[in-house]
Amino acid sequence: MSLEDLKNIPYGKTAFELKNISLAFGGVKALTDVSFEVKKGEVFAIIGPNGAGKSSMLNVINGFYKPTSGLINFAGKERKEMEPEFAAKSGIARTFQNIALFKGMSTLDNLMTGRLLKQKQNLLMQALYFGPAEKEEEMHREKVERVIDFLDLQSIRRTPVGSLPYGLQKRVELGRALAMEPEVLLLDEPMAGMNVEEKQDMSRFVLTVNNELKTTIVLIEHDMGVVMDISDRIVVLDYGKKIGSGFPNEIRNNKAVIDAYLGVADD
Amino acid sequence: MIYKETGQYKSSYKSDHAIFPLIQDKIAFSTLMLIAFLVIPFVIDSYWEKAILVPFLIFSLAAIGLNILTGYCGQVSLGTGGFMAVGAFSTYKIMTSFPDLNIMIIVLISGLITAAVGILFGLPSLRIKGFYLAVATLASQFFLVWLFNKVPWFYNYSDTGQITVSERVMFGVPVTGATAPPYATYLFCLVLVVALGFAAKNLIRSKTGRSWMAIRDMDIAAEIIGVPPLKTKLTAFAISSFYIGVAGALYFAVFLGAIEVTESFDIMTISFPVLFMIIIGGLGSMLGSFLGAAFIVTLPIGLKFIMVDMVGLSAVTAKHFEISIWGLLMIVFLIVEPHGLARLWSIAKEKLRRWPFPY
Repeated sequence: MSLEDLKNIPYGKTAFELKNISLAFGGVKALTDVSFEVKKGEVFAIIGPNGAGKSSMLNVINGFYKPTSGLINFAGKERKEMEPEFAAKSGIARTFQNIALFKGMSTLDNLMTGRLLKQKQNLLMQALYFGPAEKEEEMHREKVERVIDFLDLQSIRRTPVGSLPYGLQKRVELGRALAMEPEVLLLDEPMAGMNVEEKQDMSRFVLTVNNELKTTIVLIEHDMGVVMDISDRIVVLDYGKKIGSGFPNEIRNNKAVIDAYLGVADD
Repeated sequence: MIYKETGQYKSSYKSDHAIFPLIQDKIAFSTLMLIAFLVIPFVIDSYWEKAILVPFLIFSLAAIGLNILTGYCGQVSLGTGGFMAVGAFSTYKIMTSFPDLNIMIIVLISGLITAAVGILFGLPSLRIKGFYLAVATLASQFFLVWLFNKVPWFYNYSDTGQITVSERVMFGVPVTGATAPPYATYLFCLVLVVALGFAAKNLIRSKTGRSWMAIRDMDIAAEIIGVPPLKTKLTAFAISSFYIGVAGALYFAVFLGAIEVTESFDIMTISFPVLFMIIIGGLGSMLGSFLGAAFIVTLPIGLKFIMVDMVGLSAVTAKHFEISIWGLLMIVFLIVEPHGLARLWSIAKEKLRRWPFPY
């Protein structure tokens, strides 16, 4: 299983499927028996109230958490758990809810880290920095520059990301994930804490990535307007359980979902 | 206005990613190199060699090594003295076992041996971080010094426990031993420092360096994008130890000539000063490694000059003052400019760009 496996799946077919995933930390059950599939090329949203287990779900998908039980069918092959490095190699990239950028490095270097897995030169060549090593650097720099152009990051190329404002940091983090040229992009609340303009920008970026690069997107987001607008299908979690799934208009009218968000009347 | 970059356009990624992207920096560095290679060898005397230039070069190398590990990869180490001792004793053992081997090769092999030892002592870094790792590396410092003291095989069963360098020549000129002329020892160190300095800079601006910094800044995110923490940290330990090992080899073979391990590679004479060098110079900065080394090497000489020769204090009082001033400077630096002299330099450059206008 490799990047090619995921690439070879036709659009609209299942890219990966989670079967009866449960995840417990001691006595705390973060996820209970959750199943859903993500089709290639779609924008798939995971929603739910705080503490519903959405981020845990993403962490299971890219191997940061090992599920207590359940199977992950990834590109046609079943496995019990993922490894972060393996997930990265198979074309899964992600962003974090609390920005996880490399604060001491410039925007450019942060994006260049997205290319690390694709750089093959050995230590000695890197130390000498000539011929193939230099060519490789330039080749990857060119790819990164495309991401910079796409996300309008030109002016902050050399700025250490620690000193950037929040909205830009979110954008740089998306850039780092895009620099990996992923097949599947996991976005953990990409619009949290943004104003309307920034949300519009971010939605535009997400949709363009989905349309132009055909990247499958799994999205966690609290802004219902955004979720209903941009996602193809939605799954709803509450207290670690799946309480609904379907197309946006189905979710909008789902009784269980409305109850989970607005609370149930006592009578 | 003096340091202006307007009008210097980059038309390729190659020129943009150069070590010295600005023409001013390029000229300054070339001039420095010309002086270092073509002027100093002809004017150097034994005082400049023994007191300033050779220790500066050797400690620059050690500081680069520690900066790779601590400044770039974020793994605090207090074991510099121990690793330098590994370099020194490897040199001694190879020298005595293979009398015909070229000294340059001996020094580089010593570096490789130290790299292997560094990997071994780097293993705990996979489990522990920060203070606790510092303590673990401190253990390596004490263990290694103890080892070279207790096992007579390392010092060839000599009665004193000292190891002494024998004469080795490079292009017909002795570079180690008592008869080595100042220019030869200086050039030998300079060549190594320049070559290894460029190698380090190249590593830092390529994939390896970015992996190190990714681990330093946010190890979880680094793992998610596919940086293997184990391999990356051990690479940092290996390369850092290589530099420190080469520095140790030069410290013994070229600089001191004869050493006694507990005295020469003590935590107070090596490990802490080298750590201060990178803190004062600038963590995560190549320039900082050199500035820090220059600062720590010249500080005692400068203070002695001022206090003994100008003010007329006794040498002992001056020595006490020196330690206090050292401590004071450390505190001032950590509070006022935690990024060290390298940061001050870049602020100065920033000011020079605009001078004489305030904005």
